[in-house]
Amino acid sequence: MIRIGGLLIGLGFTVVVLFSFLNGAYNYATEEKVGAPEYEFYKKPAKVDFQQDGPFGTWDLAQVQRGYQVYKEVCAACHSLKFVAFRDLAKIGYTEAEVRALAAEWQVPGIDPNTGEDILRPGLPTDNFPDVYPNDVAAAAANNNAIPPDLSLMAKARGDGTNYIHSLLAGYGPIPEELTAKYPDFETSTGLYFNEYFPNLNIAMAPPLTATDQVTYTDGTPATVPQMSQDVAAFLAWTAEPSLVERKQTGWPILGFLLFATILAYLSKQQIWAAVKPKKD
Amino acid sequence: MSFPWARQYEPTNGFMKFMDEKLPLPRFVYNAVGAGYPVPRNLSYFWNFGVLAGFFLMLQIVTGIVLAMHYAANAEVAFATTEHIMRDVNWGWLMRYSHANGASFFFIVVYIHIFRGLFYSSYKAPREMIWLLGVVIFLLMMATAFMGYVLPWGQMSFWGAKVITGLFGAIPLVGEPLQVWLLGGFAPDNAALNRFFSLHFLLPFVILGVVILHIWALHIPGSSNPTGVEIKKESDTLPFHPYYTAKDGFGLGVILIIFMSFVFFVPNMLGHPDNYIEANPLATPAHIVPEWYFYPFYAILRAFTFDFILSAKLWGVIAMFASILVWFFLPWLDKSPVRSGHYRPLFRKFFWFGLIPTMVVLFICGGAPAEEPYVMISQIATAYYFMHFLVILPIISSIEKPQPLPYSITESVLGTDDDAKMPAGSAATA
Repeated sequence: MIRIGGLLIGLGFTVVVLFSFLNGAYNYATEEKVGAPEYEFYKKPAKVDFQQDGPFGTWDLAQVQRGYQVYKEVCAACHSLKFVAFRDLAKIGYTEAEVRALAAEWQVPGIDPNTGEDILRPGLPTDNFPDVYPNDVAAAAANNNAIPPDLSLMAKARGDGTNYIHSLLAGYGPIPEELTAKYPDFETSTGLYFNEYFPNLNIAMAPPLTATDQVTYTDGTPATVPQMSQDVAAFLAWTAEPSLVERKQTGWPILGFLLFATILAYLSKQQIWAAVKPKKD
Repeated sequence: MSFPWARQYEPTNGFMKFMDEKLPLPRFVYNAVGAGYPVPRNLSYFWNFGVLAGFFLMLQIVTGIVLAMHYAANAEVAFATTEHIMRDVNWGWLMRYSHANGASFFFIVVYIHIFRGLFYSSYKAPREMIWLLGVVIFLLMMATAFMGYVLPWGQMSFWGAKVITGLFGAIPLVGEPLQVWLLGGFAPDNAALNRFFSLHFLLPFVILGVVILHIWALHIPGSSNPTGVEIKKESDTLPFHPYYTAKDGFGLGVILIIFMSFVFFVPNMLGHPDNYIEANPLATPAHIVPEWYFYPFYAILRAFTFDFILSAKLWGVIAMFASILVWFFLPWLDKSPVRSGHYRPLFRKFFWFGLIPTMVVLFICGGAPAEEPYVMISQIATAYYFMHFLVILPIISSIEKPQPLPYSITESVLGTDDDAKMPAGSAATA
């Protein structure tokens, strides 16, 4: 009884799904194939060798600090970093006094201790990076209706995020001629910018890094656009996962111990089973 | 029930004697997973995965309780408290990555456990109840994992919740009120997040309860084995401890090495980048996908694209649930008296060249965008999936001529089963 019922139900599902298949196949065969420039001209992020990559990677603290400078002087005009606290900067090689000084360079919301009025005061190490805009409406109004996303997690919130940030920032350019030749209708409307590393090729962010020496690095590194974009990518890799290097460095002894324990477990299993294994002669 | 030759627990000191008289817990453990449980001597490494699933359940419960101490189930702050765990809580990142990857590994070992059961027909008499309880555990796991994925309140959390709860909206008449009632609103928000957290905390303990029933039911007939021949005598078995505790210990070591490699070196590989973007009801992600372990069922859901009497969406929902519910009926669909796929030539062909590739194809299509050719491929695979369990399996079991089975487990291990060669003291009973 169950088998007859099952047979009917199974055939039922099969018939229905095959109707879907035939319908889909008919549409697929008869529909005009419309190509999409987003598929053909979108580029995957270029691979950069960051020092923190790979199972033995460590932070290039000088690079991460340079990236902080790029963030502060360029990105922070529009993008917040709300999940990062100033005290976290101690983990990228700043001393306690330097962290206090860096925090004080930022204005964060506070209250006047005498009147209780809302004021802006210099940041303390315990503060998080401040919001740039009071709310989303203000953010959209100031940026041609596109809200600049928070950057704390950007390196994890995109596929291959660290490379993506670098490629995107250094990837602005004119629309390639092959694209215009193939899709004459393709256009980058006013307020948008062509960038082949952005999924739909038109991004609302104006090119942020435009000229060499836009940032004057304190360590004297020549500030080319790719240099700045790599540095800020490294910094955002750190903000997205401050424990990245600690995590990998914790992993090795644990894997070593597990390997040792597993070998022991295997040997003891072999010894216990030796008596009951069939003898091969 | 146990086998007459099962070793009996003997308390060795005064305290254990006292315990054994008042509360025989040591005896219970001894009979469940100790030397008092005789197990077939020929189990392969595929039989490790039940114990491994139990390990991952416990890992999820322990890491989950720690995470719950630092997490706040409120739509305003859920994403921020998740980041608080990652950044400010001591070893919080280890707890969260262990929990997130632990869910994936729980599903990996359970899938291997289920497909081992399918290949060796572990669902057949006398083990139907173990199988049925196992399917219940799997359904509970799916519900728990789905709700857990919502808790970080990222983009995939939110939109996954919206799509999955939206399935209830496909039910005629009562669908929409039901969906609103389940969510506590018209879209996932604070009410939904709160109840998902509550249920996500509760369900693992329900799973634990059903797991205990699952193991209890297992101890009635005893474990199955790769030949599918039932235990006949003492020489067919070995005590669980130390033989299988040692073997499981080794298996646990191997899976932990793989698991920890993910946790420490590629902890986000099995997740989706979009879930590091805070939930935003106004921005729909380009491709909404569930966690990877739901891909095959998601592919079945999306395979129905044609309104055939009922709406395509409703067909998809029915088929998705049916694709798992069909497992409940396997003990009665597959009538072949032979259990093990090793002795069933036709069954084996359809298993390795039909079912397994179908699952792989459904997995790939489930993770792919809902575009051609993925949809058409998933439709063919969906058709085969239902044909396999509901049509092919019953027919095979009627027409197949199984290969000869070994006389006993002892014979399959030693190549011969001659009582003269048996160690002294074990009399053949069959």
